[in-house]
Amino acid sequence: MSQGTGHYYVPSPSKWPIVGSSALFFLGFGAAFTMNKIPAGYYMLAIGFAILIYMLFGWFGDVARESENGHYGKLEDKSFRWGMSWFIFSEVMFFAAFFGALYYMRVLSVPWLADAEHDLLWPNFAGGWPTAGPGITEQFTPMGAWGLPAFNTFLLLTSGVTVTLAHWALKQNRREALKMWLLATIALGVLFLGCQIYEYSHAYSDLNLKMSSGAYGSTFFMLTGFHGFHVTLGATMLTVIYFRCAAGHFKPEHHFGFEGVAWYWHFVDVVWLGLFIFVYLL
Amino acid sequence: MAVVQDVHGHHDHHPSGIMRWVTTTNHKDIGTMYLWFSFAMFLVGGFLAMGIRAELFMPGIQILEPELFNSFTTLHGLIMVFGAIMPAFVGLANWQVPMMIGAPDMAFARMNNWSFWLLPVAGALLISSFFVPGGAAAGGWTFYPPLSAQGGLGVDMMIFAIHILGASSIMGAINIITTILNMRAPGMTLMKMPMFVWTWLITAYLLVLVMPVLAGTVTMLLTDRHFGTSFFNAAGGGDPVLFQHVFWFFGHPEVYIMILPAFGVVSEIIPTFSRKPLFGYSSMVYATASIAILSCVVWAHHMFTAGMPAVGQLFFMYATMLIAVPTGVKVFNWTATMWRGSMTFETPMLFSIGFVFLFVIGGFSGVVCAIVPIDIQVQDTYYVIAHFHYVLVSGALFAIFAAVYYWLPKWAGRMYDEKLGKMHFWLSMIFFNVAFFVQHFLGLAGMPRRIPDYSLQFADFNMISSIGAFGFGLTQLLFLYIVIKCIRSGEKATDKPWEGGSTLEWTLPSPAPYHSFETPPVIK
Repeated sequence: MSQGTGHYYVPSPSKWPIVGSSALFFLGFGAAFTMNKIPAGYYMLAIGFAILIYMLFGWFGDVARESENGHYGKLEDKSFRWGMSWFIFSEVMFFAAFFGALYYMRVLSVPWLADAEHDLLWPNFAGGWPTAGPGITEQFTPMGAWGLPAFNTFLLLTSGVTVTLAHWALKQNRREALKMWLLATIALGVLFLGCQIYEYSHAYSDLNLKMSSGAYGSTFFMLTGFHGFHVTLGATMLTVIYFRCAAGHFKPEHHFGFEGVAWYWHFVDVVWLGLFIFVYLL
Repeated sequence: MAVVQDVHGHHDHHPSGIMRWVTTTNHKDIGTMYLWFSFAMFLVGGFLAMGIRAELFMPGIQILEPELFNSFTTLHGLIMVFGAIMPAFVGLANWQVPMMIGAPDMAFARMNNWSFWLLPVAGALLISSFFVPGGAAAGGWTFYPPLSAQGGLGVDMMIFAIHILGASSIMGAINIITTILNMRAPGMTLMKMPMFVWTWLITAYLLVLVMPVLAGTVTMLLTDRHFGTSFFNAAGGGDPVLFQHVFWFFGHPEVYIMILPAFGVVSEIIPTFSRKPLFGYSSMVYATASIAILSCVVWAHHMFTAGMPAVGQLFFMYATMLIAVPTGVKVFNWTATMWRGSMTFETPMLFSIGFVFLFVIGGFSGVVCAIVPIDIQVQDTYYVIAHFHYVLVSGALFAIFAAVYYWLPKWAGRMYDEKLGKMHFWLSMIFFNVAFFVQHFLGLAGMPRRIPDYSLQFADFNMISSIGAFGFGLTQLLFLYIVIKCIRSGEKATDKPWEGGSTLEWTLPSPAPYHSFETPPVIK
């Protein structure tokens, strides 16, 4: 497993970072151009995504090969653990910005807009939540908590259990069970995403709830949308792990690739619980 | 970029020419690239500053139309903060952290390369935005809505540049934290780490804490601009002040991200040239941590005039003033380190003493700004400009100069020209104060920032300030000359050119070999 003590594995020169940077070059310019209706933007976005996918396959392929060839010992393993933990922490802070915005609007800015000082400006605005704000007259119906969202909560919580069962199977070297529980986790994730797509179309077509529905619409779609994006990412990562398991990667005592993805999946789960409480329930 | 070109070890096999730099996973190569990139951006940001000062040389509009002037101030701030100061410190961390803790390289060497190569992409987005229809972002480097919600393509390019810079910073920070926590040589406990390493550990933690919040902030700005959300729009129940809160939740720790590594640099240099160990090492560590923690709960002192409950103003005022306590501990320790030391005044030491002296001025004007009733008077005036240039130029930038002079012999294997170095210091010191000290008076007299024209009463001080700024800008070309001369033809440096140096990098040959500490040293 380990290359012996004292030698930390430093990868040899690699083209993947510069490939990734050129992907972001096209994505950055492409996104800015697309949003300003400059036709070249769409092509640049397409090129950027293509390069990004090429880079992800190549880079993670290298890492998987290095891992399987036994380049990663205890010290490297610990680095990956620190790295993934801090990455997830940074993701928590990213969501914190949106939760903070939700808190600020509900508790501060919406009540302020309805107070006596603002009577001259918005005489008919009563405040309260959910709201589209004082200046947006289009009506909408807020999303209820106990239909699909509750079912989605159930799906994600269950997937947290199945991924743990997969982990136990891996530790006991029961490969078939490992693959089965992984598949179940991925299926639950995909089902969650399907439900969310249905929920969004329901919101737009039946509830008239849109991103432009003021404070409620902004926070609803921003929080659930970024969470859904992270579920997509997590499910993709789990799929990669599934194929690596099928190819015989990972050993009962050495499988941080699996664990990192499982941590990420639990993180996505926890964020959803926050969403369910603060976006849907309260 | 030829700093370490002639030191290939016999067992190195890496591509040569440009591909060496593009594909490298070596912390020294990457550190070198960070430092050169930062210097290039420093020249770009400096060019913008010269434009601003040229316009402000006399009252009236002479050179820059107001819209372009606004773009100049906006991009000057963004490029200096994200392109010059931050990458310079990351470059120093790349070179020094592995050598100072006895590690063979950074923990994630490939990702380290990516952290760097994202920067030119972001730089390209920022600089090229000057040439797109509508021009570059012009709402100030803090890009408050509604101004930033109204701009054109240039604002979007800025937003994506910030996303990319944020990704780079987060990866860089995670790399530094992991390197420091996991790769120290045996025996180097946390409380034996050099102060520079300590300050970077805490800085990296701050980066991981606040850069994602900035990413969220610009994302909300983007959706407000293009996808109909109402985060910063009162008509939809949002609030432009919300932007200021989330921005400064990032922005205030950000100023400590730019100054804590400077504290670290100075805490290495002053003991070396005083030939005494750092006074109060553990109190330095605790003070750094206290500053970092406090920096997260003071952000609204940037917004006293934006409207907030009196209890909020009081809290943020007192919390801000509290930061002066750990900062005072640091200044006391630096002074006490020099006390009765056997001091010499080589260029790194001159810049460090200049740092302590001028940073204290910037710190005091910070306490002045923290006092609510005074801040309401000086908000958005040149007093604030003077304050943060005292902490960022004579603070962060002077520390970067000090660090480059201090470690250049180790990096290049050659000594810089001491006479020219001293000249660089004294010219910088004089011109900096000519440029910025008078801005205190301008601000107190009521001259607003970010305005290309001004009332006649401000003319004299503005002309003095511009002359100082031109001199300061010109002086930095001397710095470039000194560095190139050192790399090309400097005298050979010994392994330990500073007799007081006590950290691990001085045990390595000069120039430091391409791979160092593959077998970790043991610390007693």
